[in-house]
Amino acid sequence: MTGEDSAWFDEDAGPLARPYTFTRGRTHVARDDLNMITLVVALRRFHRGELDHAHERILECCQDPISIAEVAAGADLPLGVVKVLLSDLIEQNYVIFRTGLAKHSSATSPDTLQKVLDGIREL
Amino acid sequence: MEFVSSDRTIRPAINATALKILIAGGFGVGKTTLVGSVSEIEPLRTEEQLTERSTGVDDITGVEQKRTTTVALDFGRITISHELILYLFGTPGQDRFWFMWDELAQGALGAIVLADTRRLASCFAAIDFFEERNVPFVVGVNCFDGSQMYTVDEVRGALDVDPFVPVLLCDVRRRESTKDVLTALLQHIMSLTGHAQRAAADN
Repeated sequence: MTGEDSAWFDEDAGPLARPYTFTRGRTHVARDDLNMITLVVALRRFHRGELDHAHERILECCQDPISIAEVAAGADLPLGVVKVLLSDLIEQNYVIFRTGLAKHSSATSPDTLQKVLDGIREL
Repeated sequence: MEFVSSDRTIRPAINATALKILIAGGFGVGKTTLVGSVSEIEPLRTEEQLTERSTGVDDITGVEQKRTTTVALDFGRITISHELILYLFGTPGQDRFWFMWDELAQGALGAIVLADTRRLASCFAAIDFFEERNVPFVVGVNCFDGSQMYTVDEVRGALDVDPFVPVLLCDVRRRESTKDVLTALLQHIMSLTGHAQRAAADN
């Protein structure tokens, strides 16, 4: 597609596959303590069919601790959708998360900054 | 392209600290190349849907018009230790909507503004964005065609950045060069943090 003007549908039609179908239209129920680099990990295994397909897709991506951005890339879903689905999984104890994100870089300790610097130099 | 490691060798702990650095600049300047030159994974892509709110020209109606835009980010990862992970996010070059993505800048350790001397103006918006939000940044002048058209001082003058903001030449196809830019950013952040802490101690 070269641009919206060449599309046969009008702008109100929106994308042909609406990502928020996966969340049953919910866009604002994601926990506000989840961000793109929040780490999540699955707590327990699940049986096929125990959850709906979208939730299972998310759960499969986070068997090891992984950032929400990586989950979204792995599941090929927008970040906002993934946050809603992860909120469900956290609520149902399938997933735990850790958000250590500082509000501003000045809150990062000099010790941590030094470790990052050393890590970059060792690459 | 060569990556540091094709699979994760260090399994991060769930209580690990995750940090992010943003890579911004105009379209085609080499942001994803920079990410790929130091990332342990092939750069991944994630998307977010942003809603632009614009009030109609006809104010009598008072109706807010909304428009949803999908904005994509390419990102990579450097696992420093099992308790420290650094993510590098390349902001989209062409799309003006990433400036509405508040979560991007929130908590960012700092940013690299990648400049192309043939199109210097294309990084003004990113510089303004980081200055407004007090995100520490350095400017990397990507000399990917091998020719250096301007000196660092000329670029600094043209971009009108504060004298304490590091401006350096780089070739982000090379890992060592990208490491130099990241190192300059970390040292810049540490010097700013040091100043802030000394200022707090003086009060």
